This record gives sequence, C-alpha cells and structure tokens, in this order.
Amino acid sequence: MKSITKSIPLAVTLLACAFLLIPIIQSVLAGLTVNYFRGLSSGLTLKWIGQVWELYSGSIFLSIWLALACLVVTLILGVPAAYALACNPGRASRVLEEFISLPLAIPGLALALALLQLYGGWSEFRTSWLFILVGHVLYTLPFMVRSVLSVLAAIDLKTLEEGAASLGAGPARRFIDIVVPNAMPGILAGALTVVTLSIGEFNLTWMLHTPYLKTLPVGLADSYASMRLEVASAYTLVFFMMIVPLLMAMQWASARAQRIMQ
Amino acid sequence: MTQRQFLTLCLLPLAIFTLAFLAIPLGRLILASGEGDAGWSIYLQILQTPRYLSTLVQTVLVSLAVTVAALAISTTAGLFLVRNRFVGRNTLLSILTLPLAFPGVVVGFMIILLGGRQGLVNSVTPGHVVFAYSVFGLFLGYLYFSIPRVLLTVMAAAEKIDPALEEAAQTLGASPLRIVIDVLLPALAPALIAAGAIAFATAMGAFGTAFTLATDIDVLPMVIYTEFTLSANIAMASALSVVLGLVTWALLLIARSLSGTTVAAGG
Amino acid sequence: MTLTLTNIAKTFPGGTRALLPTDLEIAKGEIVSLLGPSGCGKSTLLRIIAGLETPDPGARIVFDGEDVTWQSVETRKIGMVFQSYALFPNMSVRGNIGYGLKMQKLPRAEIDARVEEVIALCRLEPYADRAVTALSGGQRQRVALARAMAPRPRVLLLDEPLSALDAALRGQLRDELAILLRAFGITAIFVTHDQNEAMAIADRVAVMSHGEVAQIGTPEALYRNPATGFVARFVGDAMPLSGRIEADQLHLPGGVLALPKPAQGHEVLVRAEDIRIDAQGPITARVETVTFLGTHYRIALAGASDAPLFALHTGLSTPAPGAEVRLSIAPEALLILPREGAA
Repeated sequence: MKSITKSIPLAVTLLACAFLLIPIIQSVLAGLTVNYFRGLSSGLTLKWIGQVWELYSGSIFLSIWLALACLVVTLILGVPAAYALACNPGRASRVLEEFISLPLAIPGLALALALLQLYGGWSEFRTSWLFILVGHVLYTLPFMVRSVLSVLAAIDLKTLEEGAASLGAGPARRFIDIVVPNAMPGILAGALTVVTLSIGEFNLTWMLHTPYLKTLPVGLADSYASMRLEVASAYTLVFFMMIVPLLMAMQWASARAQRIMQ
Repeated sequence: MTQRQFLTLCLLPLAIFTLAFLAIPLGRLILASGEGDAGWSIYLQILQTPRYLSTLVQTVLVSLAVTVAALAISTTAGLFLVRNRFVGRNTLLSILTLPLAFPGVVVGFMIILLGGRQGLVNSVTPGHVVFAYSVFGLFLGYLYFSIPRVLLTVMAAAEKIDPALEEAAQTLGASPLRIVIDVLLPALAPALIAAGAIAFATAMGAFGTAFTLATDIDVLPMVIYTEFTLSANIAMASALSVVLGLVTWALLLIARSLSGTTVAAGG
Repeated sequence: MTLTLTNIAKTFPGGTRALLPTDLEIAKGEIVSLLGPSGCGKSTLLRIIAGLETPDPGARIVFDGEDVTWQSVETRKIGMVFQSYALFPNMSVRGNIGYGLKMQKLPRAEIDARVEEVIALCRLEPYADRAVTALSGGQRQRVALARAMAPRPRVLLLDEPLSALDAALRGQLRDELAILLRAFGITAIFVTHDQNEAMAIADRVAVMSHGEVAQIGTPEALYRNPATGFVARFVGDAMPLSGRIEADQLHLPGGVLALPKPAQGHEVLVRAEDIRIDAQGPITARVETVTFLGTHYRIALAGASDAPLFALHTGLSTPAPGAEVRLSIAPEALLILPREGAA
C-alpha cells in the first residue's frame, strides 16, 4: 500500500518532467547536429548557431534593447506608483491596481488590436520601436508594481516614514532614503521579471511589429515557419541560453523577496 | 511640497500612461466592435454564425480538457514534491518550472519536435504518427505551459497546510488515500479552483502556441487573428476580442480573489 | 493500558541527538506529563510513542504486552491532541469527532451513538453541528480532545494542548482537562513547558532537559526533593545562593549561613517563599524594589548573594526600597544539590 501511494505520484512527476524536458533536449541537440534527420552520427557543429547569428543578430539586439528600455520605463512609472498605492490602501487604490493589471488577464492579441486601432494611423509612431515598447511596458508594468507593492505592504512603512519625518525629511527625501532602499528586494524581483517577460513576449509583439523591427520571439516564429529544423533549433537554443539564466535569477530574487516579507 | 502633492506626483506618470495606452485603446476596441454593418447586434451574430459558435465551443472544450489534465498532473506532482525531500528534488522542480518563461511560439515548437513530421514520436514509432498540428497537439502545447503555472499555485498552497492535519488523520486511522481525499484536497480546494481558472483563461487566450500549431484548427485567438489580418473584418475581430477578454478577465478575477497569486496569462 | 518504553532514542539525520536513550513505565489510567523547555526532546518522545517519528534501532515500545515499535500510526490505536488542534476545517464538529470511527468502518448507528456519547461528556452539545472554524479556542480544544477520544484509543497523547489559548482561559481549561481525563479513565501522556500545567494535571511529572529525563515523580516529590539544580530551578523557580562553602557553612556576600550538613562540591538553592525578613537573621541585604501582588509582596534583594534574590513577603508592613534588612532561611528549606556538570 505504502509503495503504491508513493510510486504513482513519483511516476506522474517523472513523466511530467520528461514531457517538459525531452523537447528541450531535442532542440538543443538539433541545433548542434549537422543533420538532425540522420542523427548525432552526422556529427556536431556550430554552423547553425553561426547562421542564426548572421540572420537574426539584429532581432536579438533589438530584444535586449527593448527589454532594457522596458525596464527603465517600468521603474520610472511603477516604483513611485507602487509607493503611492501602498500609502493609500483604500478602495480607489485597489481599483487602480486591478485596472493596470488588466494586461495580465486580457489576451495580448486583444490589447494589440486595441492599440492598433487607436494609434495604427499615426505612422511615425506605428513604425517606431517605441510602439512595441508601449506593448511591452503595458504587459510588464503590473509585475513591477505588484512586486514592489507586496514588499512595501509587508514592511511597516508608516512607522519608518514617521520616523524619518520626525527627523526632518520631506516627502521626496523619504522616498529616496527610506522607501526605495527598503523596497529593493521587490524592485529587484520586479526588474528581473520585467526583463525576462519582455525578452520572451510574443503575443502583443507579433501584432505590433513591422518587417524592419523583429524581436527575438518574432524571429523565432519566422524561423519555425520558414527555416530548416536545425536552424530553428539553434535559434531556440540561443533563446534558451538567454532566458534560462534570467528565469533562475528571477526565481531566486522572488524567493528572496518572499522571505523578507515574512 | 506636502505628502499629498508628492503622492499625486508619484502616481501621475502611471496614470497618464495607463490612460493613453490602456483605457482609451480598450474603449476604442469596444466602440469598434459596434461600428460594423451589423452594429451592436454583432455580439448576437457571434452566437448565430456556425463558424464562430463552433470555434467558441472548440476553444472552451480544449481549454477545459487542458485545465483538468493540468490540475490532475500538477496536483499529483506538487503534493509529491512538497511532501518528500530527496536528492534531485530541486532539479525536478526546476525542470517543471522551466517553461514559465517560454513564449507560446517556443512551446509550439516543442510540440513540433515531439509530434511533428520530423518529431520524436514519428521517428521512434513504425507508423506515420504526426499529431503536432491536430487538436491533440494543441492540447499538449497548452498543457506544456499550464503545468508549471498550476504546479506553483498548488505547491504554494500545499506548503501552507498544517502538517498536523495529516498527522491527526493518521492517528485516527486514515489510510494515505483517505488522507488525500478527506484532508489534502479539501484544504487545497481554493488553490485548485484558482489554478484551474488561471489554466482555463490562459488556454482560452493562448495565441503564440496556436499560431505555431493550429494552422487548420479554429480556436478563438486564431479566428480573431485571421478576421483582422486576412478578412479585414475589424468589427468582428474587435467583438471576438472583447468577448475573449471579458471571459479571461472575469475568470482571473475569481482566481485572484481565491488565491491571491499573480500569474500572467501569456502563452 | 500499561505503557513500557525501553531504550527510546532519536538521532536526526545530520547527527543531532534529540533524545538520549530513555526508559519509562506508565501504569494503566495514569496521567504523566513530560515537562521541559523547548528543544529538550519532550515532543520527540511523544511523537515516537505516537508513531509519527521512528526511534533509533534498539528501542522497544510496548502497549499492554504488545510490541508496537514498528507499527504504523494508523494501526497503533492511539489518540492525539495536537498543539494547533489540527481540526479538519472541511468537516463539522460532529464530522471531526466521528472521523476516527468512520475509519474503523463501524456501522452508521454505532458511530452516531458513540459520537453523541463523547459530545455529551465534553459538553459540546450546543456546537455539534457548527463548522469548526466558528468555534472559540476553548471549544476547539474540547473538540480536539473529543475527536481523539471517540475511537477509544489505548493511550491519549497531548502535545502542548493548552498553549494555543490565552492566559486567562488556560487556567480554567487546565482544571477542566484534568477532570475530563480522569472521567475518561484513560492512560495519558501530555507534553508541556508550563510547570503549573504539569503539576495541575499529571499524576507524575517527568522533567526533561537536553534530551533526557532529569527526574520523574509526583509533583510533590519533584518540588520537595528535586534531584538536580535544573529540576529545582524549573519546578518552583529555585534561586542559587552563590558563595564559598566551608564544611557546613555557606559564606555569602551578605553573611554566613549555617547548612544542615557539609556540602562541599554542591550548590545551594532556595525558593522565594522560604526567605524570611527577620531582624535576627544572619544575612544582610538591601531592598531594591517592592512589588505588591495582591496576596503578597515580591521583594527584590541585592547584596545577599551574587545575583538578586526574591522573597515573598506577607503582612501589612514592608521595608522601603533602599532599606537594609536582615534575612533568615530555615536550614531544612535549603536545597543542597550536586553541582551541575561536576558529577
């Protein structure tokens, strides 16, 4: 009895791992194999990675640039706003928080359609990288705000601020000297989440991009549709090498922020 | 500068951005859905046109199936990982949460590698087994990105269960299976409802995976996409988007009120 | 049921010795308390008896002649009350109490009858159909007890059953628990860190420290004849009189105290109620603070020993803070015990 109750969950866990991991391994192997159809015996090569670099390095750099720009904008918009929301934990704040979180709930496709219909006619904006940036900020902003907000809600912000105020610090000084340093774990977790999500964003970006502005995931979709399997795999491999360390850093930072909140 | 003025200043940039790029565009989207030949009765038309209706039904069915499967798999694995400490546990956990950051297109490609024409299954089985581009392939793709999300919600909830509850049931003579049924599942119920709502909403709105796999399958995001790009039927694309957005938003609102977790509806 | 524990020890993975080899014999219907500070191994011992932890090899747990050492929890037929009560929030009071009987697959009618019986005994009638989440702390504690007792366990194990309650309620429920346990007539072991609780409920108290039983005995025996300084300090808050011992004399900073016997290599302790303010006393001290506590005064005294001493003082007049007083201690009230670590 005891062995059955342990072995079935173990089997399910291992099967789920296999389901998630096997295609990842396949894509890594395919990206490094001379001819995937003939198998590993055809030899290993970096040729496909080189080809990806030739074809798509522009996309990769655009994605990194967009992610950093997105980070800067979400920091400027999100951190002060989270502070303001933490100071006024009323109903209005809840509604605003819920509203800026809409992009988490509404599919990116619908958001992109909304943006296209309002700004699609303004061609300078439509064809600029800023248009894609708007989509990315829209999608990642709620993560930054919530990450900072949850840390601020967990520390005794009011007492800290009253302490600083009694020592003569004005609102702006308190924000810089007290709020930002204490919110740092949340800001860090939020920042890594923003960068990770921005680099991987596809749903909005696919609708907003132009032929001259392809991000990494848009390039991936393009390679899946038109390139040989080895190139598509090599490109996916490049993406994994960027996203997996980011994901791990993000999980580490979130766990750290969680611990601080307890 | 007073505290009040400073807080207003803090909120102002976010308010302007949200107004310009979220509130007004969404308002425009809703208005646009009523600007077609049919006017506001376009929402009625969705239900009356067999193609849209069957798309809606098919999307709901696939999403339901994914939700059930993801709940079953992730609850089993999640409980196992919470209740057992062993060498390699962290590795398994990392593998199971890896796809969290994968865009839908990459998930689609993963399924192609498993079940496409050059896929693993086709190469190791004697017959011609290609399922990546079928409804089953789509199901697997959605399952691929749902497992990590549900797993994290379930594990977070399972870690909060008082271990004494299980021990109490043991001292009263309950078998391991009975403990799962009488103690663990009831304690996990809010988290399971929340995780289920998240999985369902995510599957309903998943575009990237469908875009890579579902060239022949009518699911809602693909129909919206083709209405917009190929048929230039802006009103219908907008109306379908509004319906999809409302459904996913409502579901995630329920999910959040039950569990308080933040999970993105990407994919 | 008689309970015999032989050579029970527990070493956690990583080498921490939570419990050193321990023997314990508990008679039928006896209530024994495991008393000690946190980390002394008392909860580990209780969980080993329950079957929730496995002891190191070589242990033997015998229930009425039946060796249950390697039996699983479900089959051991014990009842347990948890510190957090661990009531199932998805079941009503009745559902919780009947759960163990349901696991025994008893007929419906018998389950109902026995649940009613326990509900009546624990005076839970008004709450029987409520959700457990709607109960107060004291009511939850009674439901936890009723749930553990309903299947008629061979032994009842209670893990800090009162520590989740506030102080006022704890005193009241302590007496109630003592009465209920005797009404059930069950062999019971309960773990606590509160000496008052142990003394009020238990027939015998086992004082534990650093993974072993320091002394076991009736509350009176522990109080009057503590075996070690630790027991004297833990039961009844004895204070050390630190000074130089010469044959049967104790030289304190405040004077010389005659001991009833030579006490080289020993330490001398005294309890607050045994220190008298007495103009003829041999020891001088200075009054630091005087605290009025209703039935008595608590007086902090400096200068008599190295650390401040406290005396209980009854009567209408008290010395004022700052005053010099003389103290006497009856020789038979002194606790002369082997110095800790020197043995």
